[in-house]
Amino acid sequence: MTGEGTSGKKSESPAIAIAGLSLVFNTNDGPVQALSDIDLEVKRGEFVSFIGPSGCGKTTLLRVIADLEQPTGGSITVNGVSPEEARLARAYGYVFQAAALYPWRTIARNIALPLEIMGLTRADREKRVADNLALVDLAGFERKYPWQLSGGMQQRASIARALAVEPELLLMDEPFGALDEIVRDHLNEKLLRLWDRTQKTVVFVTHSIPEAVFLSTKIVVMSPRPGRVTDIIECGFPRHRSLDIRETPEFLAIAARVRAGLRAGHSYED
Amino acid sequence: MNRNRGHIQPWIALVGLIALFAMPLDSADPARLLVREGPAGWALVAVMAAAIIAAIRARRSLVAAGLLALAAHGGAAMAIGLLPSLAGHAGSGFWALVLTSWLLAWALVTELSEWPRRPGLPGLVLSLLIPFLFGLWLLILWQIVVVVFEVPFVLIPPPSAIGTRIASSLPILAADFRQTFLKAVVAGYAIGCGSGFLVAILVDRVSFLKRGLLPIGNLVSALPIVGIAPIMVMWFGFDWPSKAAVVVVSTFFPMLVNTVTGLSASQPISRDLMRTYASTYWQTLFKLRLPEAMPFVFNALKINSTLALIAAIVAEFFGTPIVGMGFRISTEVGRMNIDMVWAEIAVAALAGSAFYGVVALAERAATFWHPSFRT
Amino acid sequence: MTALAATPHPLPAKPKGKLVPVLVVTLALIALWYVGAYFMNATLARDAFLRAKKEPTASELLLATYAMDRPLLPAPHQIVAEIWKSTALTPVTSKKSLVYHSWITLSATLAGFLSGALLGLILAAAIVHVPSLDRSLMPWVIASQTIPIVAIAPMIVVVGYNLMNGQMGFSTDTSRFIAKALISTYLSFFPITVGLVKGLRSPDTILVDLMRTYSANRWQTFWKLRMPAALPFLFASMQVAIAISLVGAIVGELPTGASAGIGARLLAGSYYGQTVQIWSALIAASVLAALLVWMVSLGGTAVVKRMGLAR
Ligand SMILES: Nc1ncnc2c1ncn2[C@@H]1O[C@H](COP(=O)(O)OP(=O)(O)O)[C@@H](O)[C@H]1O
Ligand SMILES: [Mg+2]
Repeated sequence: MTGEGTSGKKSESPAIAIAGLSLVFNTNDGPVQALSDIDLEVKRGEFVSFIGPSGCGKTTLLRVIADLEQPTGGSITVNGVSPEEARLARAYGYVFQAAALYPWRTIARNIALPLEIMGLTRADREKRVADNLALVDLAGFERKYPWQLSGGMQQRASIARALAVEPELLLMDEPFGALDEIVRDHLNEKLLRLWDRTQKTVVFVTHSIPEAVFLSTKIVVMSPRPGRVTDIIECGFPRHRSLDIRETPEFLAIAARVRAGLRAGHSYED
Repeated sequence: MNRNRGHIQPWIALVGLIALFAMPLDSADPARLLVREGPAGWALVAVMAAAIIAAIRARRSLVAAGLLALAAHGGAAMAIGLLPSLAGHAGSGFWALVLTSWLLAWALVTELSEWPRRPGLPGLVLSLLIPFLFGLWLLILWQIVVVVFEVPFVLIPPPSAIGTRIASSLPILAADFRQTFLKAVVAGYAIGCGSGFLVAILVDRVSFLKRGLLPIGNLVSALPIVGIAPIMVMWFGFDWPSKAAVVVVSTFFPMLVNTVTGLSASQPISRDLMRTYASTYWQTLFKLRLPEAMPFVFNALKINSTLALIAAIVAEFFGTPIVGMGFRISTEVGRMNIDMVWAEIAVAALAGSAFYGVVALAERAATFWHPSFRT
Repeated sequence: MTALAATPHPLPAKPKGKLVPVLVVTLALIALWYVGAYFMNATLARDAFLRAKKEPTASELLLATYAMDRPLLPAPHQIVAEIWKSTALTPVTSKKSLVYHSWITLSATLAGFLSGALLGLILAAAIVHVPSLDRSLMPWVIASQTIPIVAIAPMIVVVGYNLMNGQMGFSTDTSRFIAKALISTYLSFFPITVGLVKGLRSPDTILVDLMRTYSANRWQTFWKLRMPAALPFLFASMQVAIAISLVGAIVGELPTGASAGIGARLLAGSYYGQTVQIWSALIAASVLAALLVWMVSLGGTAVVKRMGLAR
């Protein structure tokens, strides 16, 4: 666990602490139990993945952390405060499943959007936009509009937009779900290097087992109806790692455990 | 689909050409043939024959199109030139001339329509040329029919008379335009659209009001609001403010309804994004919801550009001072000066399409990002 | 805390209805109307009292503003009373009956609308099938949407009326009727053509290709694919068309010195300052418009439902 030492300088509360959390949606077809009795702690500097079949509440859990949904039971803190306070303090950056770039803004102005809202000066904005565009390999595309870019480039722009806020915590909901395998591998490596360098905490939703195992220090396996956590798996790969580790026995062992956990969750059905 | 059927128009035109050759132009004078009208007649017959052959044999060629254009419009010019001497007693040869020219024009339009649509200036010119030809031939046939059949002037004046009238009445037309368009329409449109927009933003904040006003606004948008004109005349007097008031009421509701709809058009994911930034109401409004509403706002602006002109003109039918497009139309109709009415209608049509065009251009500039405009 | 999640949650709130807000807003508008009526009529009412050399009390003045003969703005109940008097209490054949006038306008509207729709259908089918028409005529049809066509109404009425009444020997009423219907035809056929062309073109290429794999002819493709696909578009444009048809018929009643029809009532009311009459004619026109649009939209919903397109 290489991530632990980093929080030494700030001996504060964990990045995310969730206890007994549940959430029920009231729908037209009656209540839907989206999350049930979730307990989870994410330490600062960790890279945590939520994995599970679709509909198991991964997105919902992430949205609760981001104060986009209100839990109906249990407790949750983000950076030691309530999710709402964390949101108002702009403590996190959120990357949605879709790029959600505004079509009337250029790429540069899309990335500047949160900065405008936070009231940064123009000079600051321009610097951060340039830095983060370079970080996701989009330098030179400042003046393009989102619809002139490919899906992978759009998603990279949306990551740059989340990073521009310079948050300690990065929440990502299947950011690479719609991309092809090769682009995805490439972005996975980039993300990992970024995390390694900046010591951010990352919460990452995926339904790809290799992606989860490759990226994470901790994998949260979830299962549906009701959405709950069935297993939490620690992976001890070095912070510096390349795609090659996917061939190693350790990697395959963890992947097998994740798969077993997913299957166990499924056996509850029918 | 690769239908390469030959066209029938040139073949009929060939028959027409033969008839034109043999039959008299003047029903009162059997000896009056086109070919006896001097070299121009012979030249026309020759060009027409060439055009017909070109149209039958060569497809999609510039030469064929050029010949067709020359023959069709030469024929039209000849027919219109002959008009004064034939009014009331045109013969079968004259009709053959008109028919042949018209068929050639039709063949030309068909030919041009089959040219591949090209981007850029040539494509634009072509796409304007085709409807232009259609409109031109409407005027040509109108002129010929009205003159030859001696249709009473009060019924339908020939286009030439309307053109003369426009040229000779420019000051009156300009004064009417100023009164109706520059004063009533512009003022009413600005106030109506502006207030509809602002009220929509206020209403949008109160869900209850929104749910109550939206159906009412939708209903009112379908009502014949111009009917309030007599009331507005009572309230605001005979001059342009009462017309502007009708315009205000007519344009208010479409703008209200469209803006309210547009303000709810933003995607949930975009609103969530703004929430993760802890953005304030006004920041979300200006950075997300208003841009997202712009296509709807422009839709209302376009609808209203036409509505405003209709409202102002119809309102003037209920009474005005002695100037204004609607006033002119209703009084000149009463005096049977139908050419003046047509002149006024031409101005109204021009004003209406120019107004719409300006709004549409502004829309293109403001919502270039919308899928319907992306290139 | 976890217990909270276990407790059964109240059933989901129904999607918020529109009825209550609409009623409340309508009531508020009516209340506003009363307030407005007081302020607009107060001067006139006070003048009347002064002429009668009386000093009105506040409540006398208030009541007077709601009971004037020719108010600047009649109170809603005055309009309702007038409508009641001129519909329920007057035989429909009488020239004072609002039903009679409404029917005069409605019949011309419907006749014009139907012929406009038929014309639009024919033209749209032609435009879809003949490329040269598409490129020569269609731009004019589209452009005509942007011009105030209603401006020609007086001319059609006067000229058409004179032609039919004078030259063709139709009776006055028939001539007026035809002239108005002509305007409505003209006004309604443009939006219907545009909407239908859009609708007939709406089927995806693969659906058209499917018909081609069956080697269906144009007629079959038209009736089995294009027309059904165009129906929602047709009904949407018919809503616009019928509303504008009514406007056309009303405007058509202004110039000929017609004595019957909603337009004629509006004009007569404005000549004699009979504001209550104007307002009741206006309400009648609005009710007609609402009913017509509503019926078209009902038809549209029914068709769309039968085609299983409703969501
Ligand atoms: N806004 C909502 N209203 C009602 N039900 C919802 C809502 N959002 C999600 N759900 C339900 O909650 C469950 C979990 O959804 P979600 O978190 O999106 O799953 P995942 O992201 O793992 O695919 C699903 O059954 C889904 O239908
Ligand atoms: Mg999800």
